[in-house]
Amino acid sequence: MRLLLRQRSILPGFGLTLGFTVLYMSLVALIPLGGLFLRTAELSADRFWAIISDARVVAAFRLSFGASAIAACINLVFGLILAWVLVRYRFPGRRLVDALIDLPFALPTAVAGIALTAVYAGNGWIGRYLAPLDIQIAYAPPGIVVALTFIGLPFVVRTLQPVLEDLDPEVEEASASLGAPRAQTLWRVILPELWPVLLTGFALAFARALGEYGSIVFISGNMPMRTEIVPLLMVMKLEQFDYAGATAIAVTMLMASFVLLLVINVLQWWSGQRHCVRRS
Amino acid sequence: MQEEQRVSDGRVVVGAPRGATTEPWPVRGLLIVVAMLFVGLFLIAPLAAVFVQAFSEGVRVYWGSLHTPDTRAAIKLTLLTVVIAVPANLVFGVAASWAVAKFEFIGKSLLTTLIDLPFAVSPVISGLIYVIFFGIHGYLGPWLARHDIQVVFAVPGIVLATVFVTFPFVARELIPLMQAQGTEEEEAALSLGAGGWQTFFRVTLPNIKWGLLYGVILCNARAMGEFGAVSVISGHIRGLTNTMPLHVEILYNEYNFAGAFAVASLLTVLALVTLVLKSFAEWKFKAGLKST
Repeated sequence: MRLLLRQRSILPGFGLTLGFTVLYMSLVALIPLGGLFLRTAELSADRFWAIISDARVVAAFRLSFGASAIAACINLVFGLILAWVLVRYRFPGRRLVDALIDLPFALPTAVAGIALTAVYAGNGWIGRYLAPLDIQIAYAPPGIVVALTFIGLPFVVRTLQPVLEDLDPEVEEASASLGAPRAQTLWRVILPELWPVLLTGFALAFARALGEYGSIVFISGNMPMRTEIVPLLMVMKLEQFDYAGATAIAVTMLMASFVLLLVINVLQWWSGQRHCVRRS
Repeated sequence: MQEEQRVSDGRVVVGAPRGATTEPWPVRGLLIVVAMLFVGLFLIAPLAAVFVQAFSEGVRVYWGSLHTPDTRAAIKLTLLTVVIAVPANLVFGVAASWAVAKFEFIGKSLLTTLIDLPFAVSPVISGLIYVIFFGIHGYLGPWLARHDIQVVFAVPGIVLATVFVTFPFVARELIPLMQAQGTEEEEAALSLGAGGWQTFFRVTLPNIKWGLLYGVILCNARAMGEFGAVSVISGHIRGLTNTMPLHVEILYNEYNFAGAFAVASLLTVLALVTLVLKSFAEWKFKAGLKST
């Protein structure tokens, strides 16, 4: 214990709490996850590759990554506008909208799925106006993008808001007093400051969208090769007792998630650094 | 000449900082309209749709579909899961944040990253790892079968998957809060002769209570609403291993839309209550941070 502790503290309970934390996480998360990797190690490299490069799996990966990227881009643009409006402007209903932003965190994904389907299906409130224009949202790839946009909506807004609140007004005043038009101040002074945070929000929304299952199964129509996402494919393989197939896809998916987690950590460290430099 | 103009320009700008550091009103109006349209399309429309669909066949049908034995069983199972998973994760969250926030040790950043793990893992994979581990073809499956213990396609599996998906919530809220508060108050209590538990309950706990509540609210909402992980491990046995979100799916796939949306409306009300409590806790939490 002495070895683990770098600074000695007079507070009690280090051994107890750390021990409990490590034990709990090992039992709940680390050992079962390790089991998944062990299972995959039993597969030969050829077999693993054969599963991963199957046309249906490749199509699912392409769809999952593509739809998640599009949804995260939509959230990047509209999340920025939304965060800006909520922080900078005063208008009736602002607080209510601010509280509603977290709805996708609080609403079960299955409920979100059936509700979005009801709105965007051909006979839904919004879908009915798009159907004559030959735009199909529910039961087609755009439906997946809509659901993933919903799921990822809070991430960009919530990562941006505290940073916007902390922006030093003096910088904007300086820019304006030096004769810069407002648009130039926004583009050249404020936006560069926000990039790391925007990218963090984007990465968080993207990572969340990649794994999403609950809302998609209702709105996508689940057609192989066309609207079948990776998590759904895993469920299909499991239901057919194709454990090897499911684990191989799961491990590939996990690798992608870990890379994203790493990217997010680096981005957060980067924006933290910039923040500190500016503060000091 | 030009110099002077610039100076006077500067003065005008400095004299009217409001106009210079905000957008002209048409831009402001446009941005607000765009933002509200986005909120309307993606948040308010689906929210309203749940209730409109739930009551589409009248209050009687709504009431009736909430009182079927299957729905009641689903509600009971969801509550049972929450009653086990949330307290377990509450204890875990407090222990983990005590260790991480109050002490320095090697591997601390690795531990904090691992706590966030469930957020990075697809819910389907969260369920899958338990199927692989406890299932009949899994590592512990044969042993469990011999002792007649069922985990997969049974309640223990549902609880485990829920615990996995929700364990970061409390710890994530508490770690930054406890780090910001430091160790001085606890050290003072200890040096005045208080015991370890006494220090925790009388000094630390009052300081973190709003953050703790905030974490528990989020944990509870996710535990009640988790779909992917639970769906993989539950086996969808009606009346036995069907939680509320799974029951919504079953009713929906049977084209019983009014019933599906009726159960969904209960979960939606829960989500709205969560948002209200969350805003309240956040407000208290910010007030608490300011006073410290």
